[in-house]
Formats: sequence, C-alpha cells, structure tokens
Amino acid sequence: MSAPRTAARTEALTGWGRTMSTVATVVPAIHENEMASYIREANSRGVLARGLGRSYGDAAQSGGATVFDMTTYNNFSLDQATMTLTAQAGASIDDILREIVPLGFFVPVTAGTRIITVGGAIAADIHGKNHHRDGSFGAHVLEITLLDGAGVVHTYTGNDPEFWATIGGMGLTGVILSATFTVIPIQSSYITVDTERAKNLDDVMSRMIERDHEYKYSVAWIDTVATSGRGVITRGDHATAEQCMQDGVTNYFDYDPKNIATAPGLVPSGLLNRWSVRAFNEGWYRKHPTHRTGELQRLGAFFHPLDGVQEWNRIYGPKGFLQYQFQVPDSAGYLVGHTLQKLREVGALSFLTVLKRFGPGNQAPLSFPQSGWTLAADVPAGVDGLGRTLDELDALIAAEGGRLYLAKDSRQSPTNFARTYPRLNDWREIRDRMDPNRVFTSDLSRRLAI
Amino acid sequence: MIDALGEPQSVLVLGGTSEIALATIKEMPRNRLRRVVLAGRPSPALNAAVTELASLNIAGVEAVDFDAKNTDSHGQIIDSIFDDADVDLVILAFGLLGDQMVAEEDPSHAVELATVNYTGSVSAGLHIARRLKHQGHGTLVVLSSVAGDRARRSNYVYGSTKAGLDAFAQGLDAALAGTGAHVLIVRPGFVRTKMTSHLPEAPMTTNPEDVAEIIVASLKKGRHTVYAPGPLRFVMAGLKVLPKQIFRKLPS
Repeated sequence: MSAPRTAARTEALTGWGRTMSTVATVVPAIHENEMASYIREANSRGVLARGLGRSYGDAAQSGGATVFDMTTYNNFSLDQATMTLTAQAGASIDDILREIVPLGFFVPVTAGTRIITVGGAIAADIHGKNHHRDGSFGAHVLEITLLDGAGVVHTYTGNDPEFWATIGGMGLTGVILSATFTVIPIQSSYITVDTERAKNLDDVMSRMIERDHEYKYSVAWIDTVATSGRGVITRGDHATAEQCMQDGVTNYFDYDPKNIATAPGLVPSGLLNRWSVRAFNEGWYRKHPTHRTGELQRLGAFFHPLDGVQEWNRIYGPKGFLQYQFQVPDSAGYLVGHTLQKLREVGALSFLTVLKRFGPGNQAPLSFPQSGWTLAADVPAGVDGLGRTLDELDALIAAEGGRLYLAKDSRQSPTNFARTYPRLNDWREIRDRMDPNRVFTSDLSRRLAI
Repeated sequence: MIDALGEPQSVLVLGGTSEIALATIKEMPRNRLRRVVLAGRPSPALNAAVTELASLNIAGVEAVDFDAKNTDSHGQIIDSIFDDADVDLVILAFGLLGDQMVAEEDPSHAVELATVNYTGSVSAGLHIARRLKHQGHGTLVVLSSVAGDRARRSNYVYGSTKAGLDAFAQGLDAALAGTGAHVLIVRPGFVRTKMTSHLPEAPMTTNPEDVAEIIVASLKKGRHTVYAPGPLRFVMAGLKVLPKQIFRKLPS
C-alpha cells in the first residue's frame, strides 16, 4: 500500500536564465518516506530535486519527470558548541543567515546570492569570494544524508566516494535530504572592505595576483563595454568588534537584508541595449572610489548586492539570458581578456561580469573550481552569432585545461563537457552504484549525456 | 534537449526524403545535433538522404521504416524512437501532391491523397503528441500548405487534405498548451522540389532552403504558425475573403 500523497502540480520550469522551459510534475517535499516511494515508483522520466531555481541553465528541471520542490523541506539547527549546522536540503542560506548571524556565526562559503538551498549549494559545489583561501562549499561539509536510486537512505562522510560524487554531482546521485557543515565565528555582521579601481584588465589581474592572499574575500567587477577591461576590485575581511566600535557601529550583529525593489514582470527585449549597458558600466565604475580602505559594509551589501532586487533576471526580457562562466589555470589567464573581447565583438552586452581567483580544487570529481581564474559574464540569449562565438571559446578553454560551471551552463556540447571534466568516468562509476537505473535525471543530464 | 540558444539535439523527420525537412536539418548547427531519424518507406532516396546528412558531419543519422498509410504501425514505430532518447523536434513532412485530373477520374487516387496527407498525419500526429507530452518538451513542425487556405479548382483534392491537416494541427497545438510541447504550422506557397518540378511556377515561389530558414527562425521565436515566404500571410488573407466570382477567375 502506498503512502498518502502530497498534492502534485504540473508546472513549466526553467533556470534563472529563463530559457528552455520544460514541464514536470512538481511535488512539494514533505517527508522522506513519501519521496522514497516516488523514487521507487518512478517512470522512465525519472526524479529530480529542485531548490530555489538559481542555477542558470537546465540543472534543476527535468521534462516529464517528478520534481521535488525541496523548499518545503527546510528545517535546520545550529550547534554552537561544535560550530556546525545541520540542515534539511531545502533550507535556504538566506534563512540560515538570518538565524545565525545575530548569534555570531556565518556560513563557510556563500555564492553571489543567498537565495539558494543547502542541497543546491552541495549539488553545485558552490564557490564564493573566499575560494582562494577556503575552497568551495563541499570542503566544509561533514556529512550528507541522501535517498539513493532505490529510495534507500544513506549517510555519507568525507571517507565515502558517494559523498564526493554528491558534491558537485548536480543532484544526479540521489535526493540530498540533509547535511551537516561547519560554520565560522564572526565578531560582527560587517565586512571591512578595501576598494580599488584598476585602469585596465592587466592592472586588475596583477593586483589580484599580488594581494588577494592578504584578504579572506576578493572579487573584481569588470567593465565589459570599455575595451581596456578596467575594473573595480573589492576585497575584505570580517570586521572585528573593535573595528565596528571605532566606526561608531554599536549593534555589531544587526542583520536584516531587505528587498529594495522587484523587477517589472514584462520587460521589452530592447530595454537592454548598447546605450543602457554602456551607461550602467560607466556609472558602476565611477561610483567606486579610486582607492579606499577599511570601509565597513554590511554582509548583504558585500556578498549579495543583487538579492536586493527580486527577480532581476527579468530585465533580460522574454528571450532570457545565460551566464558564461569558465575557469582556466593561471597559464591561460590571457583567455580572460580574449573572452571579453569576443563577447564585445559579437555584441553580447553584459551588465555584470565578475573575475575571481580560485584556489586549488577538491576531490569531488565534478566540482568546478580549480586553481586559476574564473570569469562569469551574463549575456542575453538572443544575440546573433552568440552560439558560434561561445563554441569557439569553449574549445580554447578546453585546450588550456579549463571548463565551464555546470550550474551556469545552458549550451555547451556533450563532447566539450566530457573533455573538460576528466574525472567524469570515475564519477559515473559511483553514480551507477548509487543509481543503477538512472532514476535521477535532469534536462542538464540529458543534454550533456552525463 | 534544446539548449538556451534554441538549438535542438535530436530531430525526427516523418517523410524522411522531404526536401524541406532535410534543408531544415542542414540549417541547424551541426555540432549540436546528436541524433537525426529519417522515417520513411525504404527507398534509394531515403538511403541517399541518410548518406548525404552523414557526409555533412551530422552525427547519429539513421533511417527507420515508416509508412504513413499503415496507421496501425505508427504507435509502435514512434514509441520505439522515443524510447531510445528524447526527441526535441519532429517534422511531419510526408505528403503526396497527386494529380487533380487523375483524382477526378479515379476517386481511389483521391482517397490515397486523403489517406496519406490527412489520415496518416492525424494518426502520426496524435502518437507524436502523446510522446512529446510525456517528455514534457518538444516541438512538432507540421508542413501544411497555402493550398489548404482556400480550395481551388486546380488542386482542391490536395488542398482539402491540407485544410484538414491544418485544422487538425491547430487543434492539436491548443490541446498541447501547458504540456511543454507545441506545434509549429508551416504554410509554404509554391516550393521548387521534385514534387512540383512538373508544374508551372506560381508567384512568390521559394526554394526548400528558404522555407528551412523560415522554419528555423520561427522555432527560435517560438511561433505557432508561419507562412513561407512570410508575406504570403497577407496574400492568403486577401484571397480568403475575395468573392468567389473573382477568385475563380484568377489564373490557377
């Protein structure tokens, strides 16, 4: 006899880029037994867990499948003594931060948005501004509990290959139910930020190489309209209580990031044009001082500036957009400038282009980060000739030992993917043990033949 | 899967020797195609189509036996193609032009046109729709014709089969709303192909490559009906409301 079922709904799903929607049966995740029975009774379209839908491409959707909406499976608890947090997979980093920052703790790694789930952070093995020092999210996970392809619950730790296959495994090794990860102590909800403008790309890159190691957090924004590739580097560390006091901040742990605005629902596709993007890039560059040190910024402003504008992904209009994010070793740093130039040539206008240095990767076979550079550029999907330009860039990046981030990818070819993730077959072996019948499928796994 | 730039990875053509369908495949980026199934009656032409596409470095080209008239076989053939892997794009391209004068003398010829063009399409179209709905995504391109917009003395048997097909496709598209699948109805005018090579050319005649370009562009835009060439939409809108006394006097 099967357990009573939570109401399912038929829904068109897309990633954050709002391209390539497919329709699935969405089931709110309530209880692991119910999820297990869905897994056991899955048809050929399979099952997938979805969090807050912030991956840009097709990672969190699966046409015709049963998709668990994990956001209803969201309890978590902090253990202050051991400085660990155990969360159900659907708990959002946003909710977690609102709870733990006032208590003097912070997540070990945060992406550019806090509107993501713990399950998603593990499945994509997210990285943040501290990757050069602290590695990716997976490096701070102690334990993962998941449902495998037979609907059986397992708990894995760093000694298990299944643990590492799940980190960066894009939800294809099972449904992550919960995880325990370390949190870090903080003395305030502020970051002391040093800001520098750099007049061209070489300047940006050499300043990052020289002094990134002095900071816990570092990132650069690049002006993609200016041919110089000028940029603004912001780096910082958690502010101490003393630094806050010196600046006259009294409530050190005040933390309540708010939504400033919501993007309008209907945006004409012409809103984003040469002039508006140029004006934005110019303004963004000018807004920052040539050089400023020790400025106190709130956590939200420093880490998640875009989260203040809800549904900002709508500004790209009905055709949607994609984010091209790649990684290359230091020896291929020239590909950063080359990519910016090619995107400019094809007319792929970007508001938001971010450059970051990665530290060493980890042992997860499908984890994205490796030592070197990573560049991420948002580009509208409707640009003529974009596909060919990106294919050419893919090949150059692959030839240098680099690769694309699966949480962002929405268009690379299966051959390019297989070529650039050399440990794919190791991962497949583990996956085949965990899910021999390939119950866990996504549009991403179909598109890339993962 | 279709990617963020609208490029499909797998295409099924029903009527695998269709020049318009083959031109449409050639119009797509070759490095994205992983599987192209040309379904049709076994023939040298079908083999030649497979060879031609394969010679263009298109991966995974295969021929599958399919007879539009044998509607009992449609379900099984279509299921086995979809069971292997998702199909992003299906082009329903089979059809007979026939000969109006022969049809009037020998109604069995008219029945054959109706069977292939209408009955066969309804059968295959419903089986395809069922599978697209099941996979939650995909587009069915239906090659209709302006001949179905208003019946003409010179080819009304053919025209009526296309009119029926067109109405069927419109309804099917409505039925698929919200399932992730959709229908693109293509209404070409006179296209220079083997099927029409014996006929005098009409105004606004196009080549299969022109129609292919329009199909590919319309797929990316997510359109549901398109004329080829585009301006035929306005010509046909005019012809449809023309008083019959005048319409019948137009050159055929």
